[in-house]
Amino acid sequence: MTNRSPILSLRGIQKSYGPIKVLHGVDLDIHPGEVVALLGENGAGKSTLSNIISGTVQPSAGEMTWLGKPYAPANPRAAMDEGVGMIHQELKLLPKLSIAENVFVGRYPMKSGRLDRKTMEDKARAGLQRLGLDVAPDRPVEGLSTGKQQLIEIAKALTLNARLLILDEPTAALGGEETQALFRQIERLKSEGVGIIYISHRLEEIRQITDRIVVMRDGAKVQEFDRGDVPIRTIVEAMVGRSLERMFPALPVPTQEVALEVRGLSSPSKAFRDINFSVRKGEVFGIAGLMGAGRTELVRAITGADPISAGEVLLHGKPVTPRSPIDAIRNGIVLVPEDRKLQGVVLDHSIAENIGYANLGEIARNGWLSTRRIREFAEDYIRKFGVKGRGGQNAGELSGGNQQKVVLAKWLARKPQVVVLDEPTRGIDVGARSSIYDLIMDLARQGVAVIVVSSDLEEVLGVSSRIMVMAQGKQAGILNREDANDVSVMELATI
Amino acid sequence: MVADVKERRGVAGIALPSLRGATGPLIGLIVLCLFLTFATDKFLSVRNFLNVLDQITVLGVMAVGMTMVILIGGIDLAVGSVMALAMMVLGYLNVVAGLPMGIAIPLALFVAALNGLVAGLLITRFNVPAFIATLAMMSITRGLANMITDGQQIIGFPAWFNMMAIVRFGGFLTLTVAVMIVVFIVGLLYQRYRHGGRVLYAIGGNAEVARLAGINVQRATVLVYVVCSFLAGLSGMVLAARLDSVQPSSGVSYELDAIAAVVIGGTSLSGGTGGIGGTIIGVLIIGVLRNGLNLLSVSPFMQQVIIGAVIVLAVTAETYRKRK
Ligand SMILES: Nc1ncnc2c1ncn2[C@@H]1O[C@H](COP(=O)(O)OP(=O)(O)OP(=O)(O)O)[C@@H](O)[C@H]1O
Ligand SMILES: [Mg+2]
Repeated sequence: MTNRSPILSLRGIQKSYGPIKVLHGVDLDIHPGEVVALLGENGAGKSTLSNIISGTVQPSAGEMTWLGKPYAPANPRAAMDEGVGMIHQELKLLPKLSIAENVFVGRYPMKSGRLDRKTMEDKARAGLQRLGLDVAPDRPVEGLSTGKQQLIEIAKALTLNARLLILDEPTAALGGEETQALFRQIERLKSEGVGIIYISHRLEEIRQITDRIVVMRDGAKVQEFDRGDVPIRTIVEAMVGRSLERMFPALPVPTQEVALEVRGLSSPSKAFRDINFSVRKGEVFGIAGLMGAGRTELVRAITGADPISAGEVLLHGKPVTPRSPIDAIRNGIVLVPEDRKLQGVVLDHSIAENIGYANLGEIARNGWLSTRRIREFAEDYIRKFGVKGRGGQNAGELSGGNQQKVVLAKWLARKPQVVVLDEPTRGIDVGARSSIYDLIMDLARQGVAVIVVSSDLEEVLGVSSRIMVMAQGKQAGILNREDANDVSVMELATI
Repeated sequence: MVADVKERRGVAGIALPSLRGATGPLIGLIVLCLFLTFATDKFLSVRNFLNVLDQITVLGVMAVGMTMVILIGGIDLAVGSVMALAMMVLGYLNVVAGLPMGIAIPLALFVAALNGLVAGLLITRFNVPAFIATLAMMSITRGLANMITDGQQIIGFPAWFNMMAIVRFGGFLTLTVAVMIVVFIVGLLYQRYRHGGRVLYAIGGNAEVARLAGINVQRATVLVYVVCSFLAGLSGMVLAARLDSVQPSSGVSYELDAIAAVVIGGTSLSGGTGGIGGTIIGVLIIGVLRNGLNLLSVSPFMQQVIIGAVIVLAVTAETYRKRK
């Protein structure tokens, strides 16, 4: 591995945004046919470094060498022409265009001067099937689940014929099956001599797929491991710079009082049918299932974001079936949605304003507000949730994980009775993840009924006192904590 | 202007968000005034300043409503026609039907607001894009305005009505200018300090985020179009007072002037950033520019060219500032 010359070398790469320095001289070599994991806490600079390699962002200082020649891509197109492909952390698909058009955007296959639609759709279908996704390539991307969109993004990158591929948190929205399909594709690319930079907060997958690990902290490379199967504990210590005792806190004992009850709930789009369950005060109720099982649709309906065709939702025995998010929020039922960019934050507004948007009623006195008052309100939560940023800073300038903390802060500031968390730790680093688990338990201890939807099985198992498993829109069963393990959950999920 | 904007970057960061986009235009306005002070000897006088204020009243009132629409990511092309309709309704009720102004004005404003209600409902209930809905309303209201008198103008308002635009109370403010200033202040306070005003930023930033945050996006949207049309009607009252007559061909392409003022003032057409503070400056820039060009005896055709160039300059300077 080391005797071959690297495809890409970085030397002393620095990046500053105004007075803030986010990369302090990073050196990195990527060889053909190796998978290098780039790890680090939220805001460590992983995405920034990747964006520099892919021409999305320009470095302030430092040099790059590509196949022995100096390399300084002015824009993503230039990087792509050299053979650098990247999947961005945030989904960047065009919602109105078809799946096939998205996969081939900017490089449509042509035949005698015209767009060759058939070739394009065939290739797109083949690319998606390799990832285990069976969808019509001519349907628009709009309305597909986050997980499916993620797979399309991956298919797009895989068809680039890149010599270096950067995957920035490709599995954040994926379940186990899809992740394995992705890994098979990565193995294939590896054997073809493609170099891969792999960024993820799911440390278990790192050992399975990577040849080398590079750990970053606060914009600098702090440690390198020459193999992939490093104990997770060691990686975590390198990432956070201290040792971390445990991941999941102890579960509080739920009360006997039922807070939320769902009876015979069905959706007009048939995404889920006849769902029945109840959540007690102080209980953490997990919902597991494969991609497309209808989990997101179910919790969106419960919180008024999507319509309901039959059934009802009760809170403390009173019917509260919501018709809009406003209805649900008034009753103290809030949703922390799965896609933060589209549903969670306004990227070009400040952190304080974003936290304020769900709480304007509370911040206002007789309907009067000021920027200063919003700022003061938010400051508290920025500190409490450990958001790495200032209140006046735009949310778009935060790292992905810190944006997620802003979304959480915005909702938990409302002191709700029922909190529904859809993929609460998507893109969140280990240290912050365990603090979010602590927050969830705190909520439960205060008597809040919490519902957690997650594709991360370990997470659902770790935080829930009961787990409902969904399969193809139906409720496959509810498991008590004692009976729930990866085997029993997967058995129910795949029936 | 570009160079000045660059210098102020650091300061803009700590300013209020609603002023953020307005520091650039403010500098532009100051530079423009300084230039005209030296270029002509008539520009710098109280009298000329009051003239400018009189000339911008119609645009000023209209642009406040347009700002709110653009802030939520919408557009209202109908304001010029709605203004004409409100004026014709006023003329008909007062002069033809003989109703007193105290009833005719509120009814005219009500008719104007009704147009906004229709546009708002088309947009929220039937998902018609704002551009199309208000384009249709523009045509419909212009037609209605013409139908009232079959295209004829109406004259014969009571004498005091025209005096509102002429008599300077305390040697200073005409009533029409006072109306504009009240609209500015109320608009500014509402947008910056009221719950309902802050919500507009959230909707313009990302309507789905706003909806999930429990904001009643549909109601706020309808309300914004109603207010915009109401203010278009009010600007019609101001124009009627100034002209002492009403005609159905008034206000053609005024919507474009209003949009220009909003954009020059730093509000982004994609919504979510900017505000009425910037629009006030945008209106002043257009007013001062027209006044100055007249003092310099620049032909009206050349004036159009120059105003177009200013729009481009203002927007480019903003984009440049943001990218840095
Ligand atoms: N446009 C910007 N302006 C100012 N600061 C920025 C900007 N983009 C990123 N940053 C800052 O740079 C730092 C590194 O961000 P980056 O997105 O690279 O982190 P990351 O390691 O990818 O984190 P995550 O795991 O959360 O995705 C963060 O502190 C972030 O706030
Ligand atoms: Mg990142």
